[in-house]
Amino acid sequence: MVHLAKGALALTAALLLSTAASAQQRVLKYNADYDPIPLAAMEALIADFEAANPDIDVQLNNFDHEGYKTAIRNFLTADAPDLANWYAGNRMAPFVAAGQFMDVSDVWESAGLGDDLASAKASMTIDGKQWGVPYTYYQWGIYFNKDAYAAAGAEVPTTWAEFVSNCEKFAAAGVDCLTTGSKALWPIAGIFDYLSLRTNGYEWHMDLTAGKVEWTDPKVKAVFAEWAKILPYTTANHAAIDWQDAAALLVQGKAANYVMGNFAVGTFKEGGMTNENLGFMIFPEITPGIPRAEEAPTDTIHIPAGAKNVEDAKAFLAFVASAEAQTKWNTAVGQLPTNKNSSVPADDPFLVAGFEALSGAYALAQFFDRDAPAEMAKVGMEGFQEFMVKPDNVDAILDRLEKARARIYK
Amino acid sequence: MSALWKANQRRIAPWLFLAPGLFMFMIYVIIPIFQSIWVSFYDWDGLGAARWIGTANYIELVDDDAFYTSLKNNVIWLVLYMLAVPAGLMIAIFLNQTISGMRLYKSLFFFPFVISQVVVGLMFSWFYAPNFGLFYNLLEWLTGKGTAVLADDRYVTYGIIAAGLWPQIAYVMILYLTGLNNVAPDQVEAARLDGAKGWRMLWYVILPQLRPATFIAVVVTVIGALRSFDLVSIMTNGGPYGSSRVLSFYMYEQALSEYGYRMGYGAAIAVVLFAIMMIFISGFIWKMWRDETER
Repeated sequence: MVHLAKGALALTAALLLSTAASAQQRVLKYNADYDPIPLAAMEALIADFEAANPDIDVQLNNFDHEGYKTAIRNFLTADAPDLANWYAGNRMAPFVAAGQFMDVSDVWESAGLGDDLASAKASMTIDGKQWGVPYTYYQWGIYFNKDAYAAAGAEVPTTWAEFVSNCEKFAAAGVDCLTTGSKALWPIAGIFDYLSLRTNGYEWHMDLTAGKVEWTDPKVKAVFAEWAKILPYTTANHAAIDWQDAAALLVQGKAANYVMGNFAVGTFKEGGMTNENLGFMIFPEITPGIPRAEEAPTDTIHIPAGAKNVEDAKAFLAFVASAEAQTKWNTAVGQLPTNKNSSVPADDPFLVAGFEALSGAYALAQFFDRDAPAEMAKVGMEGFQEFMVKPDNVDAILDRLEKARARIYK
Repeated sequence: MSALWKANQRRIAPWLFLAPGLFMFMIYVIIPIFQSIWVSFYDWDGLGAARWIGTANYIELVDDDAFYTSLKNNVIWLVLYMLAVPAGLMIAIFLNQTISGMRLYKSLFFFPFVISQVVVGLMFSWFYAPNFGLFYNLLEWLTGKGTAVLADDRYVTYGIIAAGLWPQIAYVMILYLTGLNNVAPDQVEAARLDGAKGWRMLWYVILPQLRPATFIAVVVTVIGALRSFDLVSIMTNGGPYGSSRVLSFYMYEQALSEYGYRMGYGAAIAVVLFAIMMIFISGFIWKMWRDETER
């Protein structure tokens, strides 16, 4: 009994000591979903923040990227951290509507972010308030294998008509004109978005994803008609492969073009491509004269409504929004900063091209699954996949999407 | 107090022993069943306020093509999964010999059941993978044209079931192997003396003695087919365009997956799946109860 009492005493003392140690530091819990490279970059950023604020201890709790998407719903209600990663646009709407994210308009106000982050402000705003801070985005476009172009004797196209006619050259050379992997669905949403943006323009596309346009509209059919032109030249078994498998086809020269986000450059280069034979082009114009809009999904950090250390969380948001922090993080990861005063490394041709593409764009779309509500995104992307496999079913597919639209946006 | 205990000891004691189990069963099984039924009458995204919509979820379900696809796939699963029972029996009889090293062969046949379903799913998806998959290349060699099984809505469900049968056959086999250990040797001897052999021996002498094993094998196979989820999730994620979904996967997709925020609708699918399972489960329970009381 005596031994037990002694042990208990020692334990209590140890507990007291450890609380005493951390009492000097305020804890800031941060739940995130980084892959290894972004994780290292964020850890470096956190070290900077802690050096500037020695009284704050940021505890980064990193989740698996896919698992995070479902885990966030549990931890927001059950055990809210002080900061959480998520995405801009309609993707954050369920959490905003349910009151799970905190209004951080005051951070935007006091740090002057409305000006610095102007390009991303609209996608962070719901009901006139800002609900988080963007720290990075990246361009989408067409990545192509220059060797495959040379082998097939094709010129890099500047218009959609040229792109389509190139496809015949690639087909003659036994190369897939366009590759993609639709097993996870989202890669083909990028193709649809660009076809839609280029055929009918940004405003119309936004109306479509906002549920204001019927899916049976002739303008929707026009988008699918453009898509049908390249389907015979698209990798045949795309529904069975992931985007990385399709990236391998591009690297091996079995495919010439790939509609993808800039994060794929790392994968292409791991496969052995270099700045010499990997090319990037802006998705070519389809309907002449339509202002060029681009796809630029934005990643964001939010403060959950149940956060305990709101004060320091806001300080961290202001820090992540700053030009220096965004330059550092995005240089390390190879993405674009959302702060207009940040700089982009000049020796990375893809980042430079992306920066030009986005800064010269008329408007930025997020991505189909971020602009449209979750349910519509899922039904829509399944419809796109079915269309790619069975283009003749287009009317039945559009009827189904229209039925879903009528139900989802009421 | 102690007088009451003394008087009713025999009646109270079993309940006391059952109490911990019953308590857990209530909390983790019975109450959630009723909660799910309750949630299925709401429109709820799992985050905000729930809105009572009565039977609207069920009405929508009746008019939902994806629901019928899932239901149809569940039926295909149920029918084809039953192949595991005769196949397992065949292998068990084949392995029920006394040769040196038989234990090794038995454990090798049992191996697929030990592997996680996730690993089985991954192996089979590589097996079917276009361009480098073994099965794909075999088809290409035989017919001149490869078929990506998991990308074709006509074959995808069968491809996944084939993957599921592999461990399920091993499971059924082990059930029959233990059953075969209990086959009375004197009855087999007697049947031999009467001139029974081959199929007649199997059908009239061995199989009747394996009835308990067959019963368990059918039960686990039916339940395994109805709750098939992991293979669908790993191999196709329900695709291509939702053609390999089963009810359990559709429920998960609607309620909990990346794009699913419809707890009520998911719960309604769960209730339908529960009702289907109840048909089988009550059948099994009724049979067990009948066997017990007959004895």
